[in-house]
This record gives sequence, C-alpha cells and structure tokens, in this order.
Amino acid sequence: MTEYTFAYLDEQTKRMIRRAILKGLAIPGYQVPFASREMPMPYGWGTGGVQVSAAVLVPCDVLKVIDQGADDTTNAVSIRRFFEKTAGVAVTQDTQAATVIQTRHRIPEAALREGQVLVYQVPIPEPLRFLEPSEVETRKMHSLEDYGLMHVKLYEDISRHGAIATAYAYPVKVEGRYVMDPSPIPKFDNPKLDMAAIQLFGAGREQRIYALPPYTKVVSLDFDDFPFEASKPDHPCGLCGAQDSYLDELIVDDDGTRMFMCSDTDFCAKRREGGS
Amino acid sequence: MEGHTLSGGFGDGPVQTAVAFREIMEAMARPGTIRAVEGATPPAPISVAAGVVILTLCDADTPIHLAGAYDCKPLREWIAFHTGAPVVAPDGAAFALGRWSDLALDNYPIGTPEYPDRSATMIVESDRLKPEGASLRGPGIKTEVALNLPERAFFQANCARYPLGLDFIFTSGAQMAALPRSSKVR
Repeated sequence: MTEYTFAYLDEQTKRMIRRAILKGLAIPGYQVPFASREMPMPYGWGTGGVQVSAAVLVPCDVLKVIDQGADDTTNAVSIRRFFEKTAGVAVTQDTQAATVIQTRHRIPEAALREGQVLVYQVPIPEPLRFLEPSEVETRKMHSLEDYGLMHVKLYEDISRHGAIATAYAYPVKVEGRYVMDPSPIPKFDNPKLDMAAIQLFGAGREQRIYALPPYTKVVSLDFDDFPFEASKPDHPCGLCGAQDSYLDELIVDDDGTRMFMCSDTDFCAKRREGGS
Repeated sequence: MEGHTLSGGFGDGPVQTAVAFREIMEAMARPGTIRAVEGATPPAPISVAAGVVILTLCDADTPIHLAGAYDCKPLREWIAFHTGAPVVAPDGAAFALGRWSDLALDNYPIGTPEYPDRSATMIVESDRLKPEGASLRGPGIKTEVALNLPERAFFQANCARYPLGLDFIFTSGAQMAALPRSSKVR
C-alpha cells in the first residue's frame, strides 16, 4: 500500500477528535480530554495541532503552517509537507489565501476572516499547571472558578518586577468563565484572540483540545492599577520598517550585529514587495 | 435486515465525513447559522442532515437514544450497520435523535462540574429552519442572530446552568443549524 487514508488518521480517531472539537466550541476555553495518538513526529513538534488539523482538513483547503510567525522553519515546512502528502491539500505562505492555518506560538499579523480556521500547537494547556501540579486539583479549581492563585502569581510579578513580567502564554479569561492558556504566543498577540476565524487548540502530549468560536470575548487578566499591555520591542522592523508588528531580535553577522525584524515572514515580505 | 439498511451511507467515507464535519463545526462555532450538508440517504423518518451528522460523529463509543417515532427497526438497523452505535435510554446517551416534543429533555447527561463535556448532543428534527424568531447572542455570534427555535424557556434554562448543559443540532431536510449551551436566547 502506497497511499494514506485522507489526512493520515483513521476514521474512528478523527470522529473522536471531532467530537472533542465540537464540545470545545460549545464550552469556550474549557479543556476537553481526548485520546491523543502517537504521530510520526516527536512530542513538542505539534502533535496536538497536527491531529486537530487532520480532523478539520477537507480536500479543497489551502493550508499554511507557521512556526513563531515564519513559514520557512523546519517545523513549519515538515508539517506542511506532511499534509501535502497525506491529505493532498494545497499549501500557501499567504495568510489571506489560507483556509486552515496551523501555528506554533504566533497569531498572524493580518486579520483573519470568517471561514478560516487557526489551529494552535499547545505544549501545556493548563494555565494553572505551574501553580498547582495536580490535575485533580486544577480541574476542581476550574469547576469552582477558583482563579485567585493566578491573580496572586500576577501580583507577585508586580511586587518583584514592578510590572506584570509574564510576556508569553499570558492567561486570559474566556466569556467571563474559564481561565485559558492561549498557548505560548507573545502577549502582543492576546488582543487578536478576539477574531472572526475559528480558533482550535491541540495539546498532543497532554491530550487536551480546546477552542474559541469566532467573536468570543477573551480578556487578558490584569489589575485596575496595572492594566494589561500588549508590549513589543520598541523598534521598527529592520527589513520592512513596520512599527506595529511583533519583532524577533536576530544576530545577523559574526560581529554580533543585532537586528529587529518581523516575526511574521509573510507580513514582512508582502510589505517589502509593496515597496514600503 | 432489509436492502436499505446496507445503502444510504457515505461512498467515500474519509472525504465525505471531512466535508460534513467542517459544516457541522462551522454550525457549532457560529450558532444559529443555517448550513447545508449532503451525502447520506438514511431510511424514513430521518432527514438527510440528521443522517449525515450521525454518520460523521457516531460510532461504537457513542451510545445514541432514539426518541418517539425514530425508535423504529429500519433506523436501528441502519445506525447499527453504518456506525455501530448502541441504542440506549436517555440517561446514558451521548447523542439523541428525535422531534422536539418526543425528546423528554430532563433525562440526558449534562456533564459534571469537572467534566462539562460529558454531556449529550441532541439532534432535533425540525420542519423548517428559518432565520427568524428567537434571537441568539454569545460566543460565535458577532452581534445577534435569529433562529426559529421550538421554544425559548428551555434554552434559557440550559444556558443558565452553563458550563453544564446540552448542545443542540437542528436538522431539516439537508439543512442544519446548531445551538450550543453557551448561546443566550431571548
């Protein structure tokens, strides 16, 4: 046998994942347990995101995969090739042309529209995990809406650093109910979580799926006197000059010269083509 | 076992269920929007859309309850052959299929505080789906959307016990719309 079944996973696995996605959409921000399968890639390379993508892809989809905003990194290229081979879908680097976007730790700069699906690769889905190691306890905390510990953590940030020092995986509250880990996206991206596309989160090793339907109210946790701030490096992009995009700092030669450049490679390339 | 038991399923399962699921997912993510599905020809009295939903989501892991006239031999055999889903009483059901008046909505699992996802999904067969009547707000809805619901009081009570509750898929002919527990009905 030389061909794969459509989108690699067997039908029973896909049905199980699909049911979890529907319950996730019905209870935004709640982590639905699912029977994660072993995938032909190591944990940490997006096994959760890949399983969710496999369950939602249709043959006419156009798939984009980004790793920290970049289309051309090893992780993004190999996942894109995986679905080219196993689902026969078209691939693109263009955010607007894509119908399904799998992402590791970034939300594209360009606003997403209705009809698009954004699939996140999630390492640790439980926002309370580093505060409370027991799953039994964190489940109870979610069920009782007991999120005081998270506010204590943010308060300790302020008392030690003078500001909320959490810069990525910044916790959010979904529709006034569940506190959710938006995956390790920079907090610069948090305001974009309220979008027109469907957002699905897959954690393979931790066996959890959660979701945000379009236009879901997502609020970053903060205090009245220390409001949430979507920060970024205080520079323009060294390549395209953008003032409003999230930047990576890269060492570009042997002398240690540093340069800030857009983390979203498609956004940056389009601006440079546009002659700005 | 009659001939129609064996027919009426998907010819190309992996692709047809993928296409159908995408519509079901869009419906659940955007409550109240009416979408079209195709591919199943289940035996009477069940609609094409309900047949598609069952073929796409049900299997041996998902006990299903058939309410009222839907608990009939042709349908039991069709579901058994195509999905392997056991037919059960309401309190053990992961899915339920029937008309609104037959469903007896108090008896289904609504999840537990720790696991609100362990709740039933109701497939409600309707005469027609129209974007009018009750107004819905909540996750997935930009401002407000209208859908002709069979009643309002039950859905308001269902939403009031959020995050517990039942999720609904309304089907009529080849059309479907969804109403998750998170939607606020007025």
